[in-house]
Amino acid sequence: MSGFAQNTFNGLVSGAFYALLALGLAVIFGMLRVVNFAHGAFYMLGAFGAYVLLSEAGVPFWAALVIMPVGLGLLGMALERAVIHRLTKLDPLYNFLLAFGLTLILQDLVKLRYGVQSSPYETPSLLSGSVDFGLFDFPTYRVFILGFAVLLCVAVWWVLTRTRIGMVVRAATERPDLTRAFGIDVGRWVTPVFGFGIGLAGLAGVLAAPMRAVNPLMGADLIIVVFAVVVIGGLGSIFGSVAAGFGIGLVQAWGEAYLSNFPLVSQTIVFVVMAGVLLWRPAGLFGREEAPA
Amino acid sequence: MLRIDNLSASYGEAQVLRDVSLEVCAGEVVTLVGRNGAGKSTLLRCVMGLHPGQRGTVELDGRDITRLPAHKRARLGLGWVPDDRGSYATLTVTENLTLPPTVGPDPWSLERVYEAFPALYTRRDSAATMLSGGEQQMLALARVLRMGARLLLCDEPTEGLSPLLVQQVGDLLREAKRHGVTVLLVEQNLHFATGVADRHYLLAEGRVAEAMDNSDVLSRERELLAYLGI
Repeated sequence: MSGFAQNTFNGLVSGAFYALLALGLAVIFGMLRVVNFAHGAFYMLGAFGAYVLLSEAGVPFWAALVIMPVGLGLLGMALERAVIHRLTKLDPLYNFLLAFGLTLILQDLVKLRYGVQSSPYETPSLLSGSVDFGLFDFPTYRVFILGFAVLLCVAVWWVLTRTRIGMVVRAATERPDLTRAFGIDVGRWVTPVFGFGIGLAGLAGVLAAPMRAVNPLMGADLIIVVFAVVVIGGLGSIFGSVAAGFGIGLVQAWGEAYLSNFPLVSQTIVFVVMAGVLLWRPAGLFGREEAPA
Repeated sequence: MLRIDNLSASYGEAQVLRDVSLEVCAGEVVTLVGRNGAGKSTLLRCVMGLHPGQRGTVELDGRDITRLPAHKRARLGLGWVPDDRGSYATLTVTENLTLPPTVGPDPWSLERVYEAFPALYTRRDSAATMLSGGEQQMLALARVLRMGARLLLCDEPTEGLSPLLVQQVGDLLREAKRHGVTVLLVEQNLHFATGVADRHYLLAEGRVAEAMDNSDVLSRERELLAYLGI
């Protein structure tokens, strides 16, 4: 029983990362109709930035948790203004190429300076140790990640469903042309939303630094699963991306624990789930078929 | 109030509008009649600024708005009632109503909208796409009235509605007109059109074939109905 609880907990923690990354991809896709293939690179930059801030400037984790998302969010906004907005009217292929190119450039810049080996990042002292839940105890830091990610997802959900900004973002996501016809300058919202999605990726990166190996390829490894998550949840669906993020975290953790005799199965289970979902619901679990303009 | 000069528009290779010129004066209700595919909806989309690739000019109150993006046109007082009713599935009924900013001097308050449409009030927290077709049509009209739009662009607001609801749409448009609102209306229902409108343009193959007043339409009703294929 405690083994199951352990696996479930670990699944939820990796799910938290999937959820944060998928959430960013979902708001970006919804608003820009751009699949941001460079998302993993920003996650890596978040982790690497935290590492560099600590090791070279002594900036602690808590400060990095604010500095990196804000800094990367601003970088994202600059990139959106400089290049990405030029692509929205072109064939999606150009957007893939640009994002892929950006990823390679960002990865190699980091490699050039810091090499490919993983760098350690110490867990902040406040969050070291473990929390006793009676039958089992979990590392404090992981409990923090899970709680923080859930809070953040709830906060984003609240903004999206309860505020005027959220209403405009939902409307512009669902039917951009119609929303323009109702006097709303959809274009004005695109840059901040892109920056926000990138900021979330950076935040996930900072959170990952103390528990995952910080190296230039950490984003590339993760992003493949995140894309599966986004497809399963329904491209552009905010709720779907979060639910599928946690769900896939669980499926993966359980698969690794209980199907460990079948490594091929446990490694591919995410994609098996994705194929199954797509056969059953081509728009994803919570996705809707594209509405006309 | 609205003046369209030599407007041409196409979808890719297919030209849908050819040198259309027409005028709608302030306070008038004018309909566009014509067969399916005659270009009526495209004309409304051009006025709204939602159709890329158009030539000619669109003027509102003497101001050339041809190059203005859609959201700026809306803020000048254009209210769009799209043919699919434009309900947002991810917004509640109240949010559908309050999404557009108010753009005119005489916007309806939310209270007034709900007084006039009790059915919308009952379903105010439901997703707009959960409403019946008739309720969604009322929502689309209520939305532009709440904006206080001065010129309504209504794309077949009576399509698929029961006679009772058609009458209600007519009452609404007449009331809007009484308050000085101008309406450009795409309409296939000639009986309805003559009941609410002052003048009519017959569109055929992307051109204005004829300008008619109510008596023209009434005296030639059979001929027109046969032509429209209704």
